[in-house]
Amino acid sequence: MTAKLILRKKEYEIRHGMTIRSALKKLEIPPESVLPTRGGELVSEEEILREGDVIRLVPVISGG
Amino acid sequence: MAMRCRHCGQPAVINMRQHKLALCGEHFLAWVLKTTERTIEKYRMFSREDKILVAVSGGKDSLALWDILHRLDYRADGLYIGLGIDEGIRYSDESRTLTERFAEARGLHLTIVDVPGEYGVTIPEMAQRSRRGQGKPCSVCGLVKRHVMNRIARDGHYNVLATGHNLDDEAAALFGNTLRWQSGYLLRQSPVLEAAPGLARKVKPLVRFYEREMAAYALLRGIEYIEEECPFSVGAKSIAYKELLNQLEARSPGAKQGFYLSFLQAKKEGLFNLPSDEPDAPLHICPTCGQPTYAPGECAFCRMVAAVQR
Repeated sequence: MTAKLILRKKEYEIRHGMTIRSALKKLEIPPESVLPTRGGELVSEEEILREGDVIRLVPVISGG
Repeated sequence: MAMRCRHCGQPAVINMRQHKLALCGEHFLAWVLKTTERTIEKYRMFSREDKILVAVSGGKDSLALWDILHRLDYRADGLYIGLGIDEGIRYSDESRTLTERFAEARGLHLTIVDVPGEYGVTIPEMAQRSRRGQGKPCSVCGLVKRHVMNRIARDGHYNVLATGHNLDDEAAALFGNTLRWQSGYLLRQSPVLEAAPGLARKVKPLVRFYEREMAAYALLRGIEYIEEECPFSVGAKSIAYKELLNQLEARSPGAKQGFYLSFLQAKKEGLFNLPSDEPDAPLHICPTCGQPTYAPGECAFCRMVAAVQR
């Protein structure tokens, strides 16, 4: 009944049916700081999460 | 319903809210090339006759920049500087391997300068032994990288030195400089720093891209880059500033872009010009390395190396 979002070593279970952007907002992850991928392919954050989805979030902030 | 590419109607893989532009992979990659070319022309960065040295770290931005310049048929070689940073994750080794692999796969020329090999000390060791940076290696690292980049550009007869700074890097630097009203830094912050005697022109062709667009470019092009952050950048102010600006961006798309581009416009209109009776400080030549320096005598790099090798 859920989808999974993975950021670095953390996994988040979230209800499917909402957009990735809404899920990120719920999890308090700024959408600008990550890129969502499904099966290694880039997907838009406006994509709706499907049941059983595994979305790996690629961190994009770098620097020092 | 999935968001569609503005050009072909296929599912979009990226939505750039600041441009109100959603694109599929193919059209996004074409857009990146076109935007980079436009940026190079707008700021008169270089032409196809110039010999360009790209500073590559193994990260997404610099490798993406090298890839873009190569695809746009510019004469661009790479420079990788080995800093000797390990911290249990083999950070320097890993980034060097990725950079070498990238260059090999494209038949590109890469110069490697290994700091511990040349100077006998790693960057973290230099930071420990010198007073500069008080144990945190970032200041030492910046000094060493600037020196090596200038040296290789001069010795290799490169007239342009390109770095992969993106709009987020520039906006974060601007934010920090503005918080402290550092007029000297504000004056110098620019997509192009003109050549000076002994120094190549410095350019930042990616300044119109958000950081996530460069990550998307690297992913879509299959560029393997080091995802791990430099272990010493944990807690860095620049990262905190980027996070703050991203919070603003989420509420107000285009905020980062507006902040940076309106700064450039204000500068162009003379907001940060030097008073006419304050000319640029004349440059001196370091007697040890021959590079320009603001004060007479040895430059900061040579003084630091002499101190840490003692």
